[in-house]
Amino acid sequence: MGARLKLIDVCQSFWQAVRQLSGDDGYERYLAHHAAAHPGTSPLSRSAWFAHRQQQKWSGVNRCC
Amino acid sequence: MKTNPTNILLWLIVSLLGASAVGGIALHRGESINALWFITAALCIYAISYRFYAAWIAATVLSIDPSRATPAERLSNGRDYVPTHRWIVFGHHFAAIAGPGPLVGPTLAAQFGYLPGTLWILFGAVLGGCVQDMTTLFFSTRRNGKSLGQMARDELGAIGGSAALIATFLIMTILIAVLGLVVVNAMKNSPWATSTVAATIPIAMLVGLYMYKLRPGRVLEGSALGVVLLLMAVAGGGWLDGQAGLRVWFDHPGLSLAFAVIVYGFAAAILPVWLLLAPRDYLSTFVKLGTVVLLALAIVWLRPDIKMPALTQFVDGSGPIFGGKLFPFVFITIACGAISGFHALIASGTTPKLLSNERDIRMIGYGGMLMESLVAMMAMIAATVLDPGVYFAINSPAGVVGKTATEAVATISAWGFPVTVEQMNLLAQQMGEATLFARTGGAPSLAVGMASIFGSTFGQGMLAMWYHFAIMFEAIFILTTLDAGTRVGRFMLQDMLGNLWPAMGRTSWYPSVLLSSGLVVAAWGYFLYIGVIDPNGGVNILWPLFGISNQILAAIALCVATGIMVKSGKLKYAWITVLPLIWLVIITSTASWQKLASSDPRIGFIAAANSLSDKLAAGALPPDKAAVAPQLIFNQQLDAVLVLFFVVLLWLIVGDMLRVCARHLRGKPVPPLAETAYHPSELEQAWVRD
Repeated sequence: MGARLKLIDVCQSFWQAVRQLSGDDGYERYLAHHAAAHPGTSPLSRSAWFAHRQQQKWSGVNRCC
Repeated sequence: MKTNPTNILLWLIVSLLGASAVGGIALHRGESINALWFITAALCIYAISYRFYAAWIAATVLSIDPSRATPAERLSNGRDYVPTHRWIVFGHHFAAIAGPGPLVGPTLAAQFGYLPGTLWILFGAVLGGCVQDMTTLFFSTRRNGKSLGQMARDELGAIGGSAALIATFLIMTILIAVLGLVVVNAMKNSPWATSTVAATIPIAMLVGLYMYKLRPGRVLEGSALGVVLLLMAVAGGGWLDGQAGLRVWFDHPGLSLAFAVIVYGFAAAILPVWLLLAPRDYLSTFVKLGTVVLLALAIVWLRPDIKMPALTQFVDGSGPIFGGKLFPFVFITIACGAISGFHALIASGTTPKLLSNERDIRMIGYGGMLMESLVAMMAMIAATVLDPGVYFAINSPAGVVGKTATEAVATISAWGFPVTVEQMNLLAQQMGEATLFARTGGAPSLAVGMASIFGSTFGQGMLAMWYHFAIMFEAIFILTTLDAGTRVGRFMLQDMLGNLWPAMGRTSWYPSVLLSSGLVVAAWGYFLYIGVIDPNGGVNILWPLFGISNQILAAIALCVATGIMVKSGKLKYAWITVLPLIWLVIITSTASWQKLASSDPRIGFIAAANSLSDKLAAGALPPDKAAVAPQLIFNQQLDAVLVLFFVVLLWLIVGDMLRVCARHLRGKPVPPLAETAYHPSELEQAWVRD
C-alpha cells in the first residue's frame, strides 16, 4: 500500500514538473502571483494572458543556433 | 571539497576511465572503433570538469553567493522575472541554446576524420564554451539580467556595445541563410521530404489555434496533438511520394524551394506569434528532446562501430565539403558544439531572470553547455558510423566530384573511400529517395546516420520512415530558428532605424514591421539565393562565414567577462576567460586572413572571384555557369568585405577591452562596475531547493 502511494506521488511530481517545464500550468501560477501581488484587482482572462505571454516571450533573443 | 577515501577513489576511477577512453580514441588506428568509447570519454570528461573546474570557478573565481537575492527574487513580477526551480530553468535554457548548429557542424567537420572534431567538441566545451556561458550568465545575473550588448556598453564603452550589436545582427543574417540552405538541400527533388516539411506549417497553425482559441494556454494538450500530426505527416509524405499525380506538386529544384523558404520567412515574421512561431517552437522542443534521448539510447544499445578513419587526407585543406586546412577550419566548423557566441545572448537575457539562487549558475550555465556538447558528440557519431564513401557521396557538391553518379563514385573511390553506384542507389531506395548524391549541408547524411542507427535498434523495415522523420526533425527546428531569428533581426533593425526616424522604432507600427521584416528577409534571402545557385554547394562559403562570425561573438562575450573580472580585482583568475579568448582570436583571425588572402579559389574569396572572372573573360565557362558568374563574382567580393568587417570588429573590441583593463591596472578612471548592490535572499529555501 505504502509503495503504491509512493509511486503515485512520484508520478504526480513528475507530471507537475512536465507541466511547469512546458508552461502548461503558467496561467495557474500567474493567478497565484496576481492574487498575492495585486489583491483586489481582476486578473487577465486565460486567453488574454496567453497572448500577452507569447508576445513577450518572442520579443527578444529566445532561440539559438 | 570533501576528502573521504571513497570519494577520492570514485573520482580516480572516473579520471582513469576518461583518460583511457580519450587515449583509445586518439591513438586507435585500425579498422574501426566502437562509438561507446566516444560516449565514455565525453561523460568522464564532463563529470570531472563539472565537479572540479566548474565548482572551482563558481566558488573561487566568481565567488557565487547563495545568500544573495537574485534579480528574479528582487524584481519578481510574474512575467519575465520569476524565481524558478533550477531543473525547470535548466530545461528552458537548454531548449533555448540547443539548435541545429551542434548537429550540422560536427557532420561537416567529419570530413577531416573523427578525431579532430571529437577532441575539439570535448575540450572546447569544457574549457571554452561552458566557461563563456557560465561567466556570462553570472555577470548578467549580477546586473539584473542585462543583455550582452548592454553589458559591453556599460563595462567597456560605446565601441564594445555597438560592436556586439552589429555582430549579432550580421551573424543572425548569415546563420538564417545557411540554415535555410541546409533545409533546401534536404528537400530538393524529394517530394516526401518537401511535403512533410510543408505539412509542418499548417500543423503548427492548427496547434496555434488550439492553444490560443480553443483551449487557451493548454500547452501540453496542443503539443501532444501536434506531435501526433507530425508523425502522421511523415507517414503521409511516404504515401504521397507513391502517388504519381501528387508527387509532382512537391518535386522542386533547389532554387524554387529557396524562394519558397524566403516567402515563408517573410510570412512567419509578420504573422502573430501565437499562430505560427510559438506553436512551432513547442513542437520543435518536444520533438528535439525526444529525438536526442532516443538517439542516445540507440547509440548505447546498438554500440555502432565508427567507420570513418581518425584523420583523412583532407586535413591538408583539399576537402570536398568545404575548403581549408584542419587548422583553423575544424574549430570554425564545429562552432556551436564546442563554443557558441550565440549562447551568450541567451545567458544574458531570459535565463538570468529566472534563477532563484546564484548557486544554480554552475548547473545551468556550465551544465547546459555540457549537454549541448553531448548532442554534438552524437551528431559526430551519427556522421562517422556511415561508410566514409557514402558520407562523402552524400555531402560532396556536384561542382567538386562531378555531376553524374558514375563520375562522383569514381572521384570519391579514387580518394580511397570506396563506394559504388549500386550501393548509393540501394541506400537511396531504402531511404525512400530518388538520389542521395550531393545533398550538401549535413542534414541528409545525419538523417541517413540516424536512420541506420534507429533502424538497427528498432527494426530495419522502417528505414525510409526514420530517414524522413530525421529530416522533419531537423527542418522543424531549423525553421523555428529561422522564424525567431528573422523576428529578432527585425526588432534590432527597428531599434536602429528608430534612431533615425522615431516612427520606425515602434515595433507594432505596421509599415515599420513590413519594411524592417522585408529588409531582414532580403538580407538572408540574398545569401540563401547565392548559396543555392553556387555550383560548389554554397555550404563551402556560408558555413565558414557563419562559424567565423559565431566564434567572434563568443570572443566578444569573453572580452566582456575578462574586462569585468579585471575591474573586479580578479586579474589572477582572468586566465579562465583569457585563454579561450586568445585561442578564439587566433583561430578567427587566421581563418579570416585565409578567407581573404588564400590563393586557393576554394578557400580565398578574392582568389575565387578572380579565378571566376578570368574564366568568364576567357570564355571557358559553359553558358549556364556563365549566366550566374557575375553574381557569384560579386558575392565573393561581398563575402571578402564581410569577413574583413568581422575581424576588424573583433580587434576593435579586443583593443577596447585591453584599453579598459590597462587603465584600470594603472589606476586611471574606467567605466564603473555596473553590479547591483547586495540584498539578502529571503526566499524560503525549502521550496526553492526541492
